[in-house]
Amino acid sequence: MPERELTFAQAVREALAEEMRRDERVCIFGEDVAEAGTPFKVLSGLVEEFGRERVLDTPISEAGFTGIGVGAAMTGLRPVVDIMFGDFLTLTMDQMVNQAAKAHYMSGGHWKVPMVLRTTLGATRRSAAQHSQSLQAWFSHVPGLKVVLPSTPYDAKGLLKSAIRDENPVVFFEDKMMYKLKGPVPEDDYTIPFGVADVKREGDDISFVATSSMVQVALGAALLLEKEGISAEVIDPRTTWPLDEKSIIESVKKTSRVIVMDEGYGRYGVAAELAAVIAEGAFYDLDAPVKRMGAMHVPIPFSPPLEDLTVPTERAVFEAARKMCGK
Amino acid sequence: MTTATSKTEASRDLAAEKEKWLRAHRQMVRIRLFEEQVNELYTRALMPGLAHLYSGEEAVAVGICEALNLDDYITSTHRGHGHCLAKGASPDRMFAELLGKEAGYCRGKGGSMHIADPATGNLGANAIVGGSVGIATGAALAAKRLENGRVAVCFFGEGALGQGSLYEVMNLAQLWKLPVIYVCENNLYNEYTHYSETTAGTILGRAAAFGIEAETADGQDVRAVHEIATRLVKRARAGAGPAFLQADTYRYSGHHVGDINREYYRSKQEEQHWKSERDPIQLHGKWLVNQHYADAALLEGIAAEARKEMEAAVKFAVEAGYPAEAQVSEDVYA
Repeated sequence: MPERELTFAQAVREALAEEMRRDERVCIFGEDVAEAGTPFKVLSGLVEEFGRERVLDTPISEAGFTGIGVGAAMTGLRPVVDIMFGDFLTLTMDQMVNQAAKAHYMSGGHWKVPMVLRTTLGATRRSAAQHSQSLQAWFSHVPGLKVVLPSTPYDAKGLLKSAIRDENPVVFFEDKMMYKLKGPVPEDDYTIPFGVADVKREGDDISFVATSSMVQVALGAALLLEKEGISAEVIDPRTTWPLDEKSIIESVKKTSRVIVMDEGYGRYGVAAELAAVIAEGAFYDLDAPVKRMGAMHVPIPFSPPLEDLTVPTERAVFEAARKMCGK
Repeated sequence: MTTATSKTEASRDLAAEKEKWLRAHRQMVRIRLFEEQVNELYTRALMPGLAHLYSGEEAVAVGICEALNLDDYITSTHRGHGHCLAKGASPDRMFAELLGKEAGYCRGKGGSMHIADPATGNLGANAIVGGSVGIATGAALAAKRLENGRVAVCFFGEGALGQGSLYEVMNLAQLWKLPVIYVCENNLYNEYTHYSETTAGTILGRAAAFGIEAETADGQDVRAVHEIATRLVKRARAGAGPAFLQADTYRYSGHHVGDINREYYRSKQEEQHWKSERDPIQLHGKWLVNQHYADAALLEGIAAEARKEMEAAVKFAVEAGYPAEAQVSEDVYA
């Protein structure tokens, strides 16, 4: 039997539906999550199966309903809070950073916040500066939060199920440009543990440590490099916290060259942190300085020719890698 | 029903009534004396950090918490010792927390502004003004979904009226008919600024805008607060939705213990007026005597007992050990 394929969006929906069937404490709330199924139609069909008691449309009040998610999680529900665009995370920051992330620690381990904040990242949708950011670094910076960045439909399903079952607040980023990407997704109930990187492609000459949208870019660049006789390894941490430092360092030790890429801003960003981890763990095995690639340090512009300059492309990664390998 | 039975019942009711109001008095006295010890610890430099005293506002916490069950939820504020005690926390572990000791409610990791205690439904004090409005409302959502009959009380000061998230969750609570009671303790001052300088319109008008049941209570009158709270709690438990209670009260001390010279924002006469004319403990004590529920000796006995309890609790906390260094990285994740 051929492997079943689902889109990224379908994989997310399947994970939610399965978890909601498994555990009736799981509920979803956010803007236009019920009948509308979100603007990306990721949640279509869920309200029909689970009812408006468990799939709740909220007003446009991100701070308010994220806070409600924190309280509901502390007192017996397993909320999956939907933040339509990652840019709107700015409105949830106090609830996530000061409340969700700290409740367990500040209470000496007495309260827990098992909630998931699902949101999007990614540019090139011609949506301009307030609907295009990739803000995963902000959350990865905060102790008490876990941050998940799936890059395939398979990972999306397994990681989301782990997120819902986790006892901690988890921020789950979905690349909105990837919702239509298809890939094999088993029908079984499977989970993917956090803090375990996945080698998406094995190689010997250079490592690409890439997250979310950048994994596809890295894989594309690796194909181009193959034609030049350069073998690139693509390693996807899948979660920025917990972070599988060991697998990343091992890959770099093997190849001796590395480009880290993440669609957030490289400066002070996820890419910066990955670069630091590699510098600390594999410095003496490196044949070239660690290179970071991420969004240009500008607000994402609307004009398509400008916007396309802001995000690393396969071509740009290919060129950078070839140069690093001295070819 | 025979006359004899109804007489027995009447006397039993009277005894219950007397016990209830004596207990309210005892709770207020315990909070006052707890805070006196905090002030003492702080000024003797035994307490690290900040101390925001609840003295003067006792009738609000006690009037409300006496209307709650142990498993009902509260969220509290940076000025939270009173709520915590009124909900049933024990002073020894509270003092231990204030001193950063292992025996504290949060193993010393939270401190004065973050005491939390699942055993008494205390979801935690919060050092972000208005920071817990979502948490309380979320607890009410869970209570409704899980049909466990609990209600959530969200304590906040009038300073939190400046925070937008309050109105976001009030809107949601009314739309979803959640069993949450928003208790606005109006102690007149947002830190060092009179609330009239920060608050346009009326306080109750904010609740009215959402169609939320709203009432005002004299926050110095424990019986008045309790009477309204009992009604609002019953209503919320029955599924009638959220309520808003404005409790007018007064903060005897500064914003925190170190806020000594306050004359640039309020006069000594004003403070004196509240302390001598509007003190919730004195007012309730007088009432107890007038009702023949207590005499001066009984009230003094209550105070003496509470003083002894607080002294022992402080001793416990002072003698308790600090957390081991390894604990710094424990409890970051569940």
